Amino acid sequence: MNKHIESVTPETTDLSRRSFLVGTAAAGLVLGYAGVPGIGEALAAPSNFEPSVWYAIAPDGLVTVTCGKADMGQHIASTMAQIVAEELGAKWSDMRVALASNDPKFNDPVLGAQITGGSWSTMMNFDAMSRAGAAGRIALTEAAAAAMGLPPYFKDELVVRDSMVSHPKSKKQMSFADIVKSGKATKTFTPDELKAIKLKTPDQYTMIGVSVPQLDIPSKTNGTAKYGIDVMLPGMAYGAVVTPPVRFGATVKSVDDSAARKVPGFIKAVTLDDKTGTTSGWVVAVAGTYANAKKAAQALKIDYDGGPNAKVSSQSLLDEAKRLQKLEDSGQFFVKDGDPAAAFGTAAKVLEAEYTTSINIHAPMEPMNATAEFRGDILHIYSGNQFATRSGAIAAGAAGIDPKFVVMHQMWLGGGFGRRLDADMMIPAVQAAKAIGKPVKVIYTRENDMTMDFSRPLTYQKVKAGVDGDGKLVALSHDVVSAWPTARWGIPDFLTPSVDKKGPLDSFTVNGADFFYTVPNHYVRAIKNEMAHNATPSGQLRSVAPGWTFWAVESMIDEIAAAAGKDPAQFRISLLDGAGKNDGGAQRLRNTLLAAMGLAGYGTRQLPKGEGMGVACVSSQERATASWTACVAHVAVAPSGNVTVKKLTVATDVGTQVHPDNIRAQVEGAALWGLSLAMYEKATLKDGGIEQTNFDSYTPLRMSQMPEVAIAVIANGEKATGVGEPAVTVIAPAIGNAIFNASGARVRALPITAEAVKGAMKA
Amino acid sequence: MPTLTINGRSLSVDAANDTPLLWAIREQLQMTGTKFGCGAGLCGACTVHVNGEAVRSCQTMVGDVAGKKITTIEGLAAKGDHPLQKAWIAEQVPQCGYCQSGQIMQAASLLAKNPNPTKEEVVAHMDGNLCRCMTYSRIQKAIMRAATEMRTASATGNERRPT
Repeated sequence: MNKHIESVTPETTDLSRRSFLVGTAAAGLVLGYAGVPGIGEALAAPSNFEPSVWYAIAPDGLVTVTCGKADMGQHIASTMAQIVAEELGAKWSDMRVALASNDPKFNDPVLGAQITGGSWSTMMNFDAMSRAGAAGRIALTEAAAAAMGLPPYFKDELVVRDSMVSHPKSKKQMSFADIVKSGKATKTFTPDELKAIKLKTPDQYTMIGVSVPQLDIPSKTNGTAKYGIDVMLPGMAYGAVVTPPVRFGATVKSVDDSAARKVPGFIKAVTLDDKTGTTSGWVVAVAGTYANAKKAAQALKIDYDGGPNAKVSSQSLLDEAKRLQKLEDSGQFFVKDGDPAAAFGTAAKVLEAEYTTSINIHAPMEPMNATAEFRGDILHIYSGNQFATRSGAIAAGAAGIDPKFVVMHQMWLGGGFGRRLDADMMIPAVQAAKAIGKPVKVIYTRENDMTMDFSRPLTYQKVKAGVDGDGKLVALSHDVVSAWPTARWGIPDFLTPSVDKKGPLDSFTVNGADFFYTVPNHYVRAIKNEMAHNATPSGQLRSVAPGWTFWAVESMIDEIAAAAGKDPAQFRISLLDGAGKNDGGAQRLRNTLLAAMGLAGYGTRQLPKGEGMGVACVSSQERATASWTACVAHVAVAPSGNVTVKKLTVATDVGTQVHPDNIRAQVEGAALWGLSLAMYEKATLKDGGIEQTNFDSYTPLRMSQMPEVAIAVIANGEKATGVGEPAVTVIAPAIGNAIFNASGARVRALPITAEAVKGAMKA
Repeated sequence: MPTLTINGRSLSVDAANDTPLLWAIREQLQMTGTKFGCGAGLCGACTVHVNGEAVRSCQTMVGDVAGKKITTIEGLAAKGDHPLQKAWIAEQVPQCGYCQSGQIMQAASLLAKNPNPTKEEVVAHMDGNLCRCMTYSRIQKAIMRAATEMRTASATGNERRPT
């Protein structure tokens, strides 16, 4: 997380000021932080017990952990249960998970909001969940000691394991279930007491570091897992949206529903009145079934005003980016160390290069959907979502009500990747439900989903490097021009002050450019492409900025190494000297790079002609939340320019691994995402609209395109870091560098095409 | 009102003959294990069996399957313990899980015909099924595991071919 992110709702956030309560309720034992600081003690009476319930133990001994994080396949709910179970001493088969509502009591303890992203969850919840588990164990142990008739000072002799408290000396034991049934486990921890709990040290772990079976997986093999699209409410109707040919800015001039009226079960066509500014020019056709809603949607004749972006294309976005980059006073500085301009003047060699990435689409397998129901004063939203705090407010905005009257029902997410940070799908559901007085489920067609994605923005980067007479990198300037996805949220706390005090910038466009290499003169400038920002409202796509910044940085480092006549891996190692602010991180990144090199056999053997290896190493996502990740890509390049990725070797330093098998699954998925973005995924804008509409024209990696992937996970006892995203970012530059190593062709645009490789080969 | 023979039961659905089978299964019968992914037969999320063949239910109309035997993920095994489902758990395949019903149904139609597939045969058979979480290597491993288990169970004594 960036240092600038402060609590969005500080008064409910700081767990260090909140009491922790263990109490008995009708459902069994409930455990959680007091809702409001300072009043926890007053609530200790069980009859009044209503804390932020993070987990509960039922009289049958089942422990249910409520997860405030969106689970989109990263198994975070299961991971939270695992962290609680470690300290609680519960048996894994007793653990269950539930998904939280948008009640602020389930807000992230560090972020102060319900938001899932950034590979932040494990890192930011580890301590709070561990303490919650430990507090439960202490309360259960004390109650058991009393029930066994042991004096309190015997409690250190008790062993808690597998949901059982036992006293080996007296051979007495008591199950969690029996302790809960006794109703005696009631305890309040003051903030200081909670803080003083001594958590287990890694050598004492019996659960963390073990690949326990993920709790959500069985339901995902038999069709019973419920996603947003599976919600069924009595009397519900269905909505199909009609979206305009222009991504953003179009308006509806007229709607002719005369043909739609002939569709059986047609109810109404509702033109959205979206004051939240999330959508523009949308109409939703409502009918009794989805098939008929779709038929009705197709039968609507809608006349649009294309609006201000109706002529914008990918080319015009790129041209505008280049124009902005050339201006002296564009943008704001994210990094400003030394004086690159002066250093370029005295450098022995100066290199310049432009790097681009295309528009990319999230395309999770579950198309966007939401179900809205007005029940009394309350608006209920059923939708898998990554940002309940903001999405609830947008749903409220669409309904014209106060956000406190919105209840968000979280579901399993059929893929997120950042797409479900947005709430656009809720707006047609809310306004249709309001218009017809019945619950409405809106489901996007794949075509809606692709053309209305909050995409990864098209980016243009210009990098200039200065090398001294010894081949040492002495200066680097780096301009990043893009739409600003996070600025779109309108939440000041998520923006970063610029170092040149020119106002806040969107660090989610430049993260990664503040790398761990030691470069005495270094600046990074974030430049907002306003045209792109308006025409292609962008979002956060898995790994966000490091997905493009490391493409530029790690390609350029390779170009510099080549110009200086040095091995690109050794050149990186020399830059990772850990001087000054890079101390610690640089050494970890260096070690990770060495691990990847070792596993891949980098430099140990002669490769056949036309084959090559390339390296890259990254500190994604942000400097403050890095998982140190390196890749060695092995490719074969044909004379046609056709590239075959033979093997990807990825090493990642995650500090502490909670679930080794899950880390491997995430790293492999992330690496293949990186490959897919590097080679196979490209969206284009023409006449203001995204041209790709389905999986025939937008083509994520398929099974037949999967190379061998080797993974080394480094767990060195440091704090647990995130694994969902960093490996995405390291792949494209490693492949680009491998292509150069194999063929001498330097590619600077993503995705990499055979034409570009062939064109870059020396004649 | 068309009648569907689905998972061994005869059920009538209130849907026109030109309704995609997918929506009849999901909405009329409220069997939501079969998923909507692309509506164009490009992703495989909606895969079901019709007379034992894997088909894309978004491209199959209700009127085309009258009298035919339809099987969905809910009916693949009464207790959800088809060797593929067990293998999917053993290999911890699903991430988001959304595509996995379709993956399992697609794989089941392969193993029903070819109890000893090579890796190449698995890839060729599964390539139409997208997994956006990119769980492909685990899908392959799970199919191989299930194939082994099914062969062992049927005691045909086939040796496993190198993969």
